[in-house]
Order: sequence, then structure tokens, then C-alpha cells
Amino acid sequence: MSKKVKAAIIGPGNIGTDLLMKAVRSEVIEPVWMVGVVADSPGLARAADMGLKTTAEGVDGMLPSMAQDEVQICFDATSAYVHAENSRKVNGQGAVMIDLTPAAVGPFCVPPVNLEQAVSAQAMNVNMVTCGGQATIPLVAAVSRVQSVKYSEIVATVSSKSAGPGTRKNIDEFTRTTAKGIQTVGGAQEGKAIIIINPAEPPLIMRDTIHCLTVQAPDQARIRKSVEEMIEDVQKYVPGYALKNGPVFEGNRVSIYMEVEGLGDFLPKYAGNLDIMTAAGLRTGEMYAEEMLAGRFSPAAA
Amino acid sequence: MNLKGKKITVHDMCLRDGMHPKQHQITVEEMVKVARAMDDAGIPLIEVTHGDGLGGASVNYGFPAASDEEYLKAVCRELKNTRVSALLLPGIGTVDHLKMAVDCGIGTIRVATHCTEADVSEQHIQMATQYKELDTVGFLMMAHMIEPEELLLQLQLMESYGANCVYITDSAGYMLPDDVSARVALARAELNPETELGFHGHHNLAMGIANSLAAVEAGANRIDGSLAGLGAGAGNTPLEVFLAVCDRMGVETGVDLFKAMDVAEDLIVPMMDHLVRVDRDALTLGWAGVYSSFLLFAKRSAEKYGLSSRDILVELGRRKTVGGQEDMIEDLALDMAKEQGAI
Repeated sequence: MSKKVKAAIIGPGNIGTDLLMKAVRSEVIEPVWMVGVVADSPGLARAADMGLKTTAEGVDGMLPSMAQDEVQICFDATSAYVHAENSRKVNGQGAVMIDLTPAAVGPFCVPPVNLEQAVSAQAMNVNMVTCGGQATIPLVAAVSRVQSVKYSEIVATVSSKSAGPGTRKNIDEFTRTTAKGIQTVGGAQEGKAIIIINPAEPPLIMRDTIHCLTVQAPDQARIRKSVEEMIEDVQKYVPGYALKNGPVFEGNRVSIYMEVEGLGDFLPKYAGNLDIMTAAGLRTGEMYAEEMLAGRFSPAAA
Repeated sequence: MNLKGKKITVHDMCLRDGMHPKQHQITVEEMVKVARAMDDAGIPLIEVTHGDGLGGASVNYGFPAASDEEYLKAVCRELKNTRVSALLLPGIGTVDHLKMAVDCGIGTIRVATHCTEADVSEQHIQMATQYKELDTVGFLMMAHMIEPEELLLQLQLMESYGANCVYITDSAGYMLPDDVSARVALARAELNPETELGFHGHHNLAMGIANSLAAVEAGANRIDGSLAGLGAGAGNTPLEVFLAVCDRMGVETGVDLFKAMDVAEDLIVPMMDHLVRVDRDALTLGWAGVYSSFLLFAKRSAEKYGLSSRDILVELGRRKTVGGQEDMIEDLALDMAKEQGAI
């Protein structure tokens, strides 16, 4: 087996656990640490069973042995409120931080749109926007690469069961960070994001609606083609990313209706919001790892 | 039913829920005129916001004639005794909107979530309690979808975050008086005695008055309505009618009934784009348990894709859609049109 870059996951909740289940299949990343704050958390127990070192003392519990354990990449799946502090600490140990919270400390990365630029910038902290952002910004970009988008708005609907306590406490950060990502990565002049949590049983599969208002009348054929191509790019890492309806054209409005089914690694398949975030985070981590393994990037302590 | 001597606070919805049938096009001038007249009639509390709350301006819900800030600034400075409230749905609006609304001069903030999702209101309610004078209300929508015991737990969450008043909201106008009584009575028995309790009705099954009376009897002391019923679906509880009934029953509201009737007849009805009433689609909302503001969206999609709006609404009810999912209406209409070979 070829050499892998060692990684830590901070936050053993829904997102951290789903990420772990994907990361153990990676060819370039080896998860070695799971960091939590609750001693009897089922997520920590699960990670320990899978052979990871664990701590319930937060990032401080991992810091003393991080360098010795050769941790070069950390994934933060906790909360926007504690992210900056986590990031500062692991950067201090020379590890890159991939931020899966909506803290938006580092530059945004939405893999099918700007993965290469994000990684080649060699930032020590890169932010994965939000689950809704990962599911929708590629399609905002698919429209804006055809013609100018004056305004874009997304509506992400997730099942109640897939929205963990972190997501719920960070709902404002979700709307703000997603809106910012729609502009900076999606290329819309103005962005807005809405999130809806639906408790229906059986849980609904993640749904995302993307509305764009174009400056000129939409070039329907080119937008259709661009959207199809972008969906194929996302499907490379999230196979369950599917067009439900549209694009609908009405005046200068372009509306695209998506459904995101997950792989069912940790939560069942309805939780596509988890998959699209963890798959994007892992894809970004892997790209960093490839750069490190090729000797093109050596993260240094900040 | 003996309600004699009970004191309640009525809260008018024309300038917020009434934005739905007006497609959010009420002008600043109209708002100021209506608000002044309501102040003069002695209505203690009125709500002013985009129909979907602060930050609701969007493709999904509709762009309003003016911004929340413009509406609130213009209305708040005009009023002598009436207090202004703003609605905030986490996931649509943020604490930034809340701060803006406070700066504009609101006296009440109402933080609304779906009835099972109270925990997303924590940061907003806690922020609101930082403002000492601000009346902070937790508002649980589509409350017919869960049993009284489950609803109580969610109300208690909002209370624990610092709400001094919590609401049971019949967003679909689906509840019958016994449904209201059961929910309000349990909440009244279990919440802190100092926590106020409110009921917000929709008139889709023409139960607005009956449900509001049931709520008062079971211990609610704040009742939402709107003059001439200007609100989503078949409208809110028609407030002037409710006030007249309260007067007959000896419930004290402090509102001048005749002035309220005049505002309804002379100002609100002439503002209506269509008569807000229990039409076939509004009745379907109430019968099927569907969020009232879906009404016009379903009518438009039905027309665009050659479908029955009733079929669309019934299916939205079957899918257990919740408030805010307006985007699912066109999506569903496209599915139905494909099935029927219409597109």
C-alpha cells in the first residue's frame, strides 16, 4: 500500500462520522484521530472501534501528540462557534484545516467549481461553505459561466433527522455563509439562501432549488447544456446528485430543482446533505494530500 | 361558554399575514394609513413585515413593494399607543434582521419555527432577550401536525430560551375547536404561569372565531386576527367579528369595536386584490392541512401547467410539506404535468 497522509476528524457527530466512513476508503488519506468533547459519545466509541485514537478533551486532547502522530490534515465537523479556535491550534502544529462548519474563516472551496484554485493557493484553512452551498453553488456557477447572473437564491430542504445539533445552532451562519458562497464562488452578483427543515416520516431526501435571475434573457440551450455538464461533474463524487425538474425558464428567471441522495454510509440515503458535505470535504482533503505526497506542498506551523 | 371578565390582547396581522394575498405589494403609504387607523381604534399590537417574515424578500416567496426596514421605520414612528411586532423565521431571516427591526422601533419580536423544530430558534430568542424592553414570542407553526404532549415540549423549549410568550399557530386553518382546546389547555397547565400563551388561527374551515374562543376558554390571553380577515388562505380570524363576539361575551380587549369595523370596511377591503374568502382552494388548505400561504402559488402553477389547484394542494398535504416550501409547488406541478402528458 502506498503512503497516506494522516488526518484527524474533529467532531464525532453526524458529519464527522459520515466523513470517517468515507475517509477509511481513501487511497491517500488515513484517519488516525477522532476528537470529541463528550466522553460517552457514540461517535467516539465508533471511531475507537475502527482503530482511531480518540479524546473527549477537544482539540487540546490531541495537540500534544499530533506532531508525533504525523497529523497533517484536520477536518473540523463541529460548530462555527468553536472553529476559529480549533483552526488556530491545529495550524500551530503544522496541519492544514479543512473546515466543514459554516465559520467561513478560510477561502471557500466547492470542488467542481474551484477545487484546483483553492488547493493551489495552499491556504492553511479552507472552508467547505455549507451542505446547501455544496449542493447548489455548482449550478449557480453553471448558469453564471454562460451569462451574467444578477441575483441567485437557493432553497435547501433537509429532513429533520439529518439536521444535527450543530446545524441547528448554526442556522444563521448557514444562510449567511451560503449566500456569500453563491456570490464569491457561484459568480452571482447578489446571493440569498434559505433553509427549511422538514420532519416528515419517512424522512425526505435532501431537496435543493436554485433560482437565478439573469441580466440578459437566458440563453436556454447553453444553460441547459452547462447545467447537465455540471451535474455530471458533481456526480463523480456524489452519485445521487440528480436533476428533478427544470431548468424552468420564465422571463429572466432560471429555476433548477435538484434531489440529493446520499450513499447511506452513516445516516440513511435521505441525508444527502451529509454526503455532499463530507464527500466534498474529503475530496478537498485528498487533493491537499496528493500535493503533499508529490512534494509540492509542505504545510508549516503558522 | 363563560368567558366573562377575561382580559386578552388582540394582535392584528393585516400588515404581515395580509401581505400574502397582496403578493407583498402593500405600499409604505398604505401601511402607514392602516397602522394609524388601528392605533386610533385601540388595537394594542400589529405585525408589520414581509408575509414570510424579516428577510422574506425572495424569488421563492415574492419580492415586496418596499423593504422590511422601510415598512418598519415608516410605521413605528407614526404610532402613539399601538406596539409593532415583526416576525422572524430562522432559516429565512437572521439575528441581523432582528437587530435592524429593533433599531426601527419594534416592541415585539416573534420567532417562528415549524412545530417540531423549536431548537432552531435558540440563538434568535436568546438574542432578543438581550433587549430588556423587547417582548419576545416563540411561535410554533403548523401546530395541528403533532399531538398536544409533543407540542408542549416544543413550547417549553422556546420558553427555556427566554420567550415570555409562546404561540400555538394553526397555519393551515386545519384545527377544530377541540384540537385547539386540548393543545392550549395542556400548555397552560404546564408552562410557567407568567408565560403568556397565544393562538393564531386561519379561517380556511371558517373556524377562526370558534377556535379563538376555544383558545381563550382554555387559557390563551393573546389572539391573532386580521381586520376583514386579510391574511393567507381564507385569511386570519376576522378580527372585527371576533371583537364583536368578545364584546357580547364580556371578554375585555380594550379595542373600539365600531372603529375597528370601520377600518376593516373602509380601508382593508378596498385594498384587497381579490376577496379573501373560503373559496375552493382555501377550503382545500383547511381540509388537507396545508400551509395557508401556498394558496396563490398553487393557483399560479395550476394555471401555468394546466392542472387543478385542488389536486396540487391535496398532494402537498399528503407529502406533509411545511411552511416555507413554496419551491416544491412548481416542482410538484411539473411532476404532475409530466404524468398527465401535459408537457
